[in-house]
Amino acid sequence: MNYETIIGLEIHAELSTKTKAFCNCKNEFGGEVNTNCCPVCMGYPGALPVLNKKVVEYAVKAGLALGCEISLYSKTDRKNYFYPDLPKAYQISQYDTPLCKNGKIKIEVDGKEKYIGITRIHIEEDAGKLIHGTESEDYSLVDFNRSGVPLIEIVSEPDIRSPLEARLYLEKLKGILEYLEISDCKMQEGSLRCDANISIRPVGQKEFGTKTEIKNMNSMKALQRALEYEEERHKKVLSEGGTIVQETRRWDEAKGITVSMRTKEQAHDYRYFPEPDLVPIILTEEWIEGIKKDLPELPDEKRKRFVREYGIPDYDASVLTLTKELSDFFETCAKGHKNPKAISNWVMGEVLRIMKEKELELKDLRIKPEFLRKLVDLVDEGVLSSTGAKQVFEEMFKTGEEPESLVDKLGLRQISDEGAIVELVKKVLSENQKSVEDYKNGKTNALGYLVGQCMKASKGKGNPQIINKILKDLLS
Amino acid sequence: MLELHSLTIHEIRDMLRAGQICSKDILDSVYSRIEALDDKIGAYLTLTKEEAYEAAAIIDKKIAEGEKLGDLAGIPMAIKDNISTKGVKTTCASKMLENYVPPFDAHAYEKLKEAGAILIGKTNLDEFAMGSSTENSAFKITRNPWDLERVPGGSSGGSAAAVASDEAYFALGSDTGGSIRQPASLCGVVGFKPTYGAVSRYGLVAFGSSFDQIGPFTKDVEDCAILLNHLYGHDKKDSTSLNVEFGDFTEALNKDIKGMRIGLPEEYFGEGIDPEVKKLVLDGVKVLEGLGAHVEEISLPYSKYALPVYYIAASAEASSNLARYDGVRYGYRAKDYSSLEELYVNSRSEGFGEEVKLRIMLGTYTLSSGYYDAYYNKALKVRRLIKQEFEEAFEKYDVLISPTSPTTAFKIGERTDDQLAMYMSDICTVPINIAGIPAISVPCGLSKGLPVGMQIMSKSLGEASIIKVAHAFEQNTNFTKKKPTL
Repeated sequence: MNYETIIGLEIHAELSTKTKAFCNCKNEFGGEVNTNCCPVCMGYPGALPVLNKKVVEYAVKAGLALGCEISLYSKTDRKNYFYPDLPKAYQISQYDTPLCKNGKIKIEVDGKEKYIGITRIHIEEDAGKLIHGTESEDYSLVDFNRSGVPLIEIVSEPDIRSPLEARLYLEKLKGILEYLEISDCKMQEGSLRCDANISIRPVGQKEFGTKTEIKNMNSMKALQRALEYEEERHKKVLSEGGTIVQETRRWDEAKGITVSMRTKEQAHDYRYFPEPDLVPIILTEEWIEGIKKDLPELPDEKRKRFVREYGIPDYDASVLTLTKELSDFFETCAKGHKNPKAISNWVMGEVLRIMKEKELELKDLRIKPEFLRKLVDLVDEGVLSSTGAKQVFEEMFKTGEEPESLVDKLGLRQISDEGAIVELVKKVLSENQKSVEDYKNGKTNALGYLVGQCMKASKGKGNPQIINKILKDLLS
Repeated sequence: MLELHSLTIHEIRDMLRAGQICSKDILDSVYSRIEALDDKIGAYLTLTKEEAYEAAAIIDKKIAEGEKLGDLAGIPMAIKDNISTKGVKTTCASKMLENYVPPFDAHAYEKLKEAGAILIGKTNLDEFAMGSSTENSAFKITRNPWDLERVPGGSSGGSAAAVASDEAYFALGSDTGGSIRQPASLCGVVGFKPTYGAVSRYGLVAFGSSFDQIGPFTKDVEDCAILLNHLYGHDKKDSTSLNVEFGDFTEALNKDIKGMRIGLPEEYFGEGIDPEVKKLVLDGVKVLEGLGAHVEEISLPYSKYALPVYYIAASAEASSNLARYDGVRYGYRAKDYSSLEELYVNSRSEGFGEEVKLRIMLGTYTLSSGYYDAYYNKALKVRRLIKQEFEEAFEKYDVLISPTSPTTAFKIGERTDDQLAMYMSDICTVPINIAGIPAISVPCGLSKGLPVGMQIMSKSLGEASIIKVAHAFEQNTNFTKKKPTL
């Protein structure tokens, strides 16, 4: 039987406000344990939350960027459950009145545009972090530095039809949040987290199949792999005549499988009710308009602008604008440069390759934008061959030195002086009369051989374009 | 020789200013009173003698040096043990928080301290303020100074008893469904429940967050007005705190009440109200009528739903507010457990008393999926109706008057097995918390030697009307001057 896969994602993004959601503690990643906390975020008796206005502002930014309706009235609710990392034993969240709803994100699958609906975006607070002892030292400790850090939860419609689409959606969403500068979006550090609901149904069937929820996917790759695994698992269960159990499953990265965590029967009853310690969030159209006016350029707009301003192909622009960091890097290199396409090639080629190979982030690369500009100039001016340029690039990466000095250090400067090349070519021609004859008799591939001989004679430093030109001149 | 401990705030304040006494004398008077009586009465859980004398020494030095004094300089205060006091145990009369020492002050306490008031001790209460007799304290029983066989009311029974027995000049309590007014009534003192949001809840250990208010117990209405001036005010640490100008409540003292419109809601004088209590309150109303007030009977039919609304909504909030006592970071932790769940279950089963567990279960049930609409949501709807009904009434009347408690103080142990009888103690006070409006309880006589309280209510932020009527009543009667024989 042919099945259709249905996926919906729930994304949690930590907001990078200066202070936490409901107290004045610093909102910082890392730091010595239990140093950024206070009676409010540690849930002391009698301590009360006060909503950080920036949290609302950031969430509304996200909502506007994702085409959501912004609620003029919304409130906070308590989500009740016991866990040692949750000091109040309830999380302040939003239940039936999310701050933003009914948005969408455009993705491209196999060159075709597709919209994934956003059901809602609401604000809530993060929990602390548990630190477990080893098996011989049986204890668990709580670090409250993260407790009360603001989050937005972004819930998608079940519009996603494959693990790849899920990944594309998350990448796009991550890009938008980064462009808005409202979240660090680091999946490894947990500032961007993703849970997925997945089900399958026979093609043509209207009703959804039974879904499972997958947690603990800490990278884009993990998301795709976990969903691919789960999709296959569903198919296998159904094809063997079994039924899918509605449950929450955890992705085990090392084993590459999902494992059952709890079934529907074991699911929490969160007993949501309106948070009596906070007042409703009332927004005005004017305030929302103000936020809207100040929204930065977003990936899709930037992509169009790159095509327009730099004359690069749309595909290049789509890759370069995926993350804000990469688009900024490209633009710093390309601004005012006469060969943006070459820069695009370098960024999309070597820069991305080396980042992936060395698992580095752009900011950790020692290759400064002005170095890359210069490198392209050196090639364009004939000082460097394209293979020489790749060597210089590698060296720039290793040493952080600027390219021009590296050219000489590596002895890669091309001979572009026409006089010197004329001498060299004449010498090669006189030593290769046979090939000269062949060429004159119409064997055009003899030219290639002669170019090769000239390059050899120049110990690889002759500018091939100039050699070519002079050869042709002298042979005509 | 005048007994210093029997005086009011404004009386000792005047004497202190006049140089007749010093701050230490005042402390001596109150601590010797506590030493003489508290073994019998049991108002206090903790005394802060050392810190109090240090604070008094600083004030006396200020006086000696002619420095400007705070309005409440040198006035001793007792504070209910569910209001956070930095460095001083705040137990909520629960085994759960037996050794809990808050790292911060409640806003209300901070403001009184800034005005120069001195903390002398923390008073007993029903565990986590849940109860109407102070019998639910995990630590001790507090006795009514008028009859030691009887309860002082609750939950702020310790504060009420302390003021009634002159073991304190004034005290702070908290009122979620009547926990200031009912014990004030039963102990024959003045108790005030402010408009919701007028006094910051920061540092008050939460019970029913949308009902809780801190308020004062005083020996007379003037003292009450003085304290409201200090307690009221916006606090940015409490989002529900009102940001308005409250004015000077002492300006409402000594005012003519001629022409004021008083409503008597018939539902508050009906079934379950002791006839003698009813008579004394109506006698009180006659006094006001004699002073030129217009009195009319009115009806507040939704009030009959107040008790169920209160027990559903306040317990729901309580079930969530008290979830943080899980034995993980502070408070009681069970000795035996072999899993996380057992840590929770055992710590909470052993750490909480019966009444608290009962309300947690009730609240948890009403919030559960499938029951939310039938109970919690319906309670919220009725709450709005009750509120609206009061708003409409206050378009016609400046104040409403009723008994504070349907009966006088009952015997210790008398209602401990009869939950419903106990809950009925709050029948006249609960609607006020539901509506979030202010109300006072002032003594209006003795029934068989036991005090009866008259409740005066107004619209939100109508405190001045309450003070005006209550003070006029006090000035024309002698009930607040009556003291128990001890």
